[in-house]
Amino acid sequence: MKKKIIMFVCFLLILSIGLVGCGETAPEEEEGTEVDCRAETTAESVGSYQVPAPIEGCYNVAFVYVGPHDDGGWSQSHDVGRLYVEENLEGVHTAYVENVAEGADSEQVTRSLARKGFDVIFTTSFGFMDSSEIVANEFPDVDIIHVSGYKANGENFGNLMGAMENIKYLAGMLAGSRAMMDGNPKLGYMATFPIPEELRLGNAFALGVEETCPECTIDVRFINTWHDPILEQEGAESLFSAGAQVVMTGADTPAPAIAAPEGKWGITYDYYGNCTLDTCLTSMYWNWGPEYAKIVEGSREGTWKGGWQYFDGDTGALGLYGFMEGEELMPGVAELPEEDLQMVRDILDQMLAGEFTRFDVFSGPIVDNQGNVILEEGESLEQLDLDGFKEFGSECETCMYWWNENITAELPDL
Amino acid sequence: MSFEVILRAGLATGTILIFASLGEILAERSGVMNLGVEGMMLIGAMAAFKVAFTTQNAWLGLLAGILAGGILSLAHGVVTIHFQADQTVSGLSLTFLGTGLALVLGEGLTGKNAAILPSLDIPLLSSIPWFGRIFFTDFNILVYLGYILVPLTWFYIHKTRPGMHLKAVGEKPSAADTLGINVYRLRYIYTFIGGCMAGLAGAAISIAISPGWYSSLTTSGQGWIAIALVIFAHWNPFPAALGGYFFGMLRRFTLDLQGPMTFLGMRNPFFYDHNLVFFLQMTPFILTIIALVWGSSTARRKRRGAPAALGVPYIRGERGL
Repeated sequence: MKKKIIMFVCFLLILSIGLVGCGETAPEEEEGTEVDCRAETTAESVGSYQVPAPIEGCYNVAFVYVGPHDDGGWSQSHDVGRLYVEENLEGVHTAYVENVAEGADSEQVTRSLARKGFDVIFTTSFGFMDSSEIVANEFPDVDIIHVSGYKANGENFGNLMGAMENIKYLAGMLAGSRAMMDGNPKLGYMATFPIPEELRLGNAFALGVEETCPECTIDVRFINTWHDPILEQEGAESLFSAGAQVVMTGADTPAPAIAAPEGKWGITYDYYGNCTLDTCLTSMYWNWGPEYAKIVEGSREGTWKGGWQYFDGDTGALGLYGFMEGEELMPGVAELPEEDLQMVRDILDQMLAGEFTRFDVFSGPIVDNQGNVILEEGESLEQLDLDGFKEFGSECETCMYWWNENITAELPDL
Repeated sequence: MSFEVILRAGLATGTILIFASLGEILAERSGVMNLGVEGMMLIGAMAAFKVAFTTQNAWLGLLAGILAGGILSLAHGVVTIHFQADQTVSGLSLTFLGTGLALVLGEGLTGKNAAILPSLDIPLLSSIPWFGRIFFTDFNILVYLGYILVPLTWFYIHKTRPGMHLKAVGEKPSAADTLGINVYRLRYIYTFIGGCMAGLAGAAISIAISPGWYSSLTTSGQGWIAIALVIFAHWNPFPAALGGYFFGMLRRFTLDLQGPMTFLGMRNPFFYDHNLVFFLQMTPFILTIIALVWGSSTARRKRRGAPAALGVPYIRGERGL
């Protein structure tokens, strides 16, 4: 009897694994007589991570992700960039380590990659900054690029980020236009943390909303995480049930589109492929590939120096889904008034041409929701103002610690 | 912010915890403690989503999720019932096994759109004023299943003959054995049912209440809260349900509280300083810790509610329980 039970259990286990595993196909191996830089290499366990090995004879580039490479958001946008590098540069091998915890773990992983002989390492989360700096100083021959931080050493350690505020500004126009059309002047912003980046992006969105819907107001929820899909859905639901017509997110997943009830809308972030539901208006996405390719090329030729790099719309590294080449408008956007769509297209064209930058997004007159004048007509914010709090040691004058006048939220004293 | 909205959100998200808790109550009542709830939920969520995505049939997905959780739990059954190994260790490793399997098999599913179980109004009941609108309108079908399973589980445990057998096997298996109850078989069955319920809880996340597959963040620790709820509820379905719905409401409350300028006629401090919300977000976890500490100590001392043979493998013919 017992034997039978065990046999039955084993059979069920095998069956379940077999059934669920169906449909997976093995990756195709590429044949070649020369060194195949696109080959898979063996990985070695470092802590709980699988750290891949470089390929001799190739220029080896590694990526460290904070989430899964297919998270449908931030980390996936970087993985798209990695694949772009591998496809577009000859003789370059790329590899990644995913789900790396910020802090000590990321230092261990980054160091292990450097020791194994990777030439360039991209570390793609804010919390990897200090560990990237430490490892960069230990391995002067390895170029390390940290995404979204503010540290650099002028030699082999640099940082990289882009002006997503441009795209959020355009998304705000679409959201405002949609709210006008639906006759509900309430919008929602699901923010992650009260840091300069999130306040900047929220304000850029709000300024865009003002262009198409002057009477619209924006409600805010802080969810205190970058990536928690379930909590993100709850946060979006919270905004929708409080009356929001369109919800824009600062976090990773397409939660606002998933949580949107019929007749309401969500705007997703980070990855071009995550605006798939009909409730999604657009995705504000990163296109890291060309930037990464430039850096890898520069590093290979020895011309790259690790500094502070902040790209704007003219690099083509920022995208507004539905409006870029080869993309179609989502149904919720296609039916918007043509004049609003044209305005978005015009400004997007100017951004791509470098005639409209983040400093044009943040140009006066701007009044905050306490009634203070942030910018007079004809003035615009400086880079330091966009990215700092005085209390955290920034030398900014008009620091990014205010909400635009159409945002119904408060900021506590720092 | 309205109480109704928060209550309704609590009923929806609480359902997930309630399924997992009810399953664990049944398993623990039979004497098998399964700490692998998180792993079983995750494999259930993955299987449900994967099948619902490939077949575009949510009901097949639901079935797959339930079976996946149940099948995984049998591994725990074999180890702890047949080989009489330590239940804590086996349960913990089941979490690792389930999580690992779910992540590997769920590769490539993130960002996909699977078929989702329908939401509906209950005829007649939904037309009751206020009450019907809150409890019986526009919920996912699994929420209503939760309403039914809670009293049903209670009735089964306390009012039926198989329920008596279940309790006997968990309280004094040797006595049950002498009465002709097959202890091993019953423990296998309830372990399997517990796994199925955990799988159902996972499916409730991925194809019903918060649709989507997001690797280990899909369950994000809810399996552990479900285990704490079982202790908190003294192995009884009704308190477990109350706790589940309460935790669900608390999750939503912390978000909605940021919205209004005034709360109960007073200045709302959470509107003016959203950093205070951090403390509110901790409360489910703080309550879980308190429940675990308080629950475990009283249970040990007074054995109030805890099945006497919980965690003790039954070896036929040996002295003891």
